[in-house]
Amino acid sequence: MAVELKFSEYAQKEVEKILDRFANSKGSLIMILHAVQEKFGYLPREALELISERLKVPLSEIYGVVTFYSFFRLEPQGKHVIRLCMGTACYVKGAEDLLRTLEQMGLKEGKVTEDGFFSLDLVRCIGACSMAPALMIDDDVYGKLTPDKLRKLIENFRKEHQ
Amino acid sequence: MKKLTLEDLKKIKEKTQAELEMRSPEGKDKIVVHMGTCGIAAGARETLLAILDEIEKRGLKNVVVTQAGCIGLCEYEPLISVQKVGGPKVLYKYVTPEKARKIIAQHVVNGQVVSEDVLSTE
Amino acid sequence: MPERAHILLCAGAACISAGEESFKSALERELKEAGIYDEVKIIETGCFGTCDLGPVMAIYPEGTFYVKLKPQDAKEIVNEHLLKGRIVERLLVKEPEQKQALPTINDLPFFKNQVRIALRNVGFIDPLNIEEYIARDGYSALAKVLTQMSPEDVISEVKKSGLRGRGGAGFPTGLKWELGRKASGTEKYVVCNADEGDPGAFMDRSIMEGDPHSVIEGMLIGGYAIGAKKGFVYIRAEYPLAIKRLTSALEQARNYGLLGDNILGTDFSFDIEIRIGAGAFVCGEETALIASIEGKRGMPRPRPPFPVNSGLWGKPTVINNVETWANIPPIIINGADWFASYGTEKSKGTKVFALAGKINMTGLIEVPMGITLREVVYNIGGGIPNGKKFKAVQIGGPAGGCIPAEYLDTPIDYESITALGAIMGSGGLIVMDEDNCMVDVAKFFLSFTQDESCGKCVPCRVGTKRMLEILDKITKGEGTEEDLVELEQLAYTVRNTSLCGLGKGAPNPVLTTLKYFRDEYLAHIRDKKCPAKVCTALIHYEVIREECRKCSICFRNCPVGAIYKDEDGTYVIDQSKCTKCGICFQVCPFKAIKKE
Repeated sequence: MAVELKFSEYAQKEVEKILDRFANSKGSLIMILHAVQEKFGYLPREALELISERLKVPLSEIYGVVTFYSFFRLEPQGKHVIRLCMGTACYVKGAEDLLRTLEQMGLKEGKVTEDGFFSLDLVRCIGACSMAPALMIDDDVYGKLTPDKLRKLIENFRKEHQ
Repeated sequence: MKKLTLEDLKKIKEKTQAELEMRSPEGKDKIVVHMGTCGIAAGARETLLAILDEIEKRGLKNVVVTQAGCIGLCEYEPLISVQKVGGPKVLYKYVTPEKARKIIAQHVVNGQVVSEDVLSTE
Repeated sequence: MPERAHILLCAGAACISAGEESFKSALERELKEAGIYDEVKIIETGCFGTCDLGPVMAIYPEGTFYVKLKPQDAKEIVNEHLLKGRIVERLLVKEPEQKQALPTINDLPFFKNQVRIALRNVGFIDPLNIEEYIARDGYSALAKVLTQMSPEDVISEVKKSGLRGRGGAGFPTGLKWELGRKASGTEKYVVCNADEGDPGAFMDRSIMEGDPHSVIEGMLIGGYAIGAKKGFVYIRAEYPLAIKRLTSALEQARNYGLLGDNILGTDFSFDIEIRIGAGAFVCGEETALIASIEGKRGMPRPRPPFPVNSGLWGKPTVINNVETWANIPPIIINGADWFASYGTEKSKGTKVFALAGKINMTGLIEVPMGITLREVVYNIGGGIPNGKKFKAVQIGGPAGGCIPAEYLDTPIDYESITALGAIMGSGGLIVMDEDNCMVDVAKFFLSFTQDESCGKCVPCRVGTKRMLEILDKITKGEGTEEDLVELEQLAYTVRNTSLCGLGKGAPNPVLTTLKYFRDEYLAHIRDKKCPAKVCTALIHYEVIREECRKCSICFRNCPVGAIYKDEDGTYVIDQSKCTKCGICFQVCPFKAIKKE
């Protein structure tokens, strides 16, 4: 569902604002990328070009950084991001079953659902090992899941946030 | 606020220590909800909302609700601790919103510890 | 007409929830039946305060107090007490029977053996209120350092305490600080490594969420000791709550003048900035972490030079992890000897462990070094759930190893754990039971490190890939015994020749499982069997004909249509279509599907 958008003046201003905020902070490229991604849900090329100009860092180098870190996205994400933990504790307690459940519900790793509502990332430990198996929807952690509980969680989340 | 001096540091320490240990005369009953990532994942946020709601409904004035991190017993979360002025600190386990309401009615208002949900006391 | 009795019925919330209303309607019914409804007045009162005993009531004029009432008691009360004037003894409040005393927190085996130094405040104070931290001696270590100690004094105290880095490698903290202090240059940095990437470890998250000021104070003291004015906390993006709490703690500390210029009226100035990681495990390695703070790809570089001499932007930089920093203030307040009184000869103090996996008490504990794994798993952690058998405990994350039952009495200290082929690491303990396949676990870890390998050096980039391919073959039942030999050789090569800790440690899960669970590898290779029934290529599902009740639940849930009905209505799994997803096994209400 990639929509061709002109990088509007508004968006440009937002990126400028972020750049200003970090103007006095040495080596803050990654922090800037975080802020831009938080604003747009991903890193639009136009934003990266702007960052490159202002920081005087070649675009290729910025691209190198963006692709090195798994948190950064060059494509739009779903409205809500599910991060399924594949850390050890979750793995030994059945994270794979949760993944299968999500797949049955139409979610695919690294993909956005057709309605653009969810995207699914598999991540390394989210540090909720005592609640394994666990996942995050946006910034919230949900733990001690079973395939059944997960199904209900996803259904309820959809209803509540529709 | 102005910069702390050593003297200020000492004053804050004494004042807050008294409050923490429930020795201060204007003491209030205290409910602490343990809200680390694990507690929140286990439902601590819903528990907190139920507590605040119950306190408001009952118009309780002498209760403060604060949060703290995980005490390590993630297995029993959501955990809350309740300390009435002059009473022991009681740690409750698996505190669902319903249990939280009961704990307020029975323990906070009427001073009766809800023994079956207690994990430990001080 | 005057009533013959007044009944005070407690209608407090606890009594209502215990069934007061249904008792009340039963009572009214019985009163009507006995024809004395008009002679008795029922008054619903506020709480009596005996909520444990609810529902309760008192009958006046006698003042008889009845407790734990059930609807079926109403008849007896009406007939006996109200009509005949006889007290119903069994409903009276019992003599205070030897009430089971509630356990205190130190009665719980979980807490009994703990010594909380790094976790001293976690869970006990409001992390968003700096004054609660101050009340529990917070920032008094800083005050002591700034007014009574020279930087050299601080370093010598930390050295004397025997504190070693809690992030994994166990480098002596005091020595690191001394090197940092002696390094030439006026611009220096301290860094807090909060990129807690080891799966299974979450103590640093918990400390930052529950006691962020202890980390800030530790860094302030470190900054004073080595002569730095600036600190960075590098924290993983996966910890949004920790980031939030730490950010607000920094703000408060700044507002109170505990960060910034001329702290506590001295000429010491220091500030801290947060840098957020972006999902690269290798950034926990110190040289990669430095690159990442500088805004670059997080790739490690060869050492030396070590960061204490050439770190952030080429300046001397002291890096410690969250738990290490949190240990500093209590060491300063209580002294090195106090700290060193805990632990073993070479591993002083305490260590925080995260208990996870197949263990009853998942959570965080802090225990003196030297405690045995058995004490941790069984006494503190409460053993294995569901009556299953302990198989191994994985310690140290992806660079650690799996320790089997026969070594459970090993004391936990840096050297003993290393001797077993694992590492202390950041302290994640993941317990595995008989249902975990050790070959699969080794494969899991290797696919983790393989995925997280930054690709800079060949042994790690290519070696882990080749190892993973062999493991994959074995779990599919296609492995040979020669593969095991090659796997082992590769493992040693990768371990000895990789650039950084990620590659050096990557073979450990493979080597330890090969050492302690070789028979499981051989079962996969020789018998084409996965003893724990995990490796999907080596298991299959079947309907047990005699048990099948023909309910069709499996049929309806099978995602690939591999289940069909035979002539007599029993369901059968078509093995050629089955993807072994296990859903039929999970959903069958009669346990009529077996996994073999």
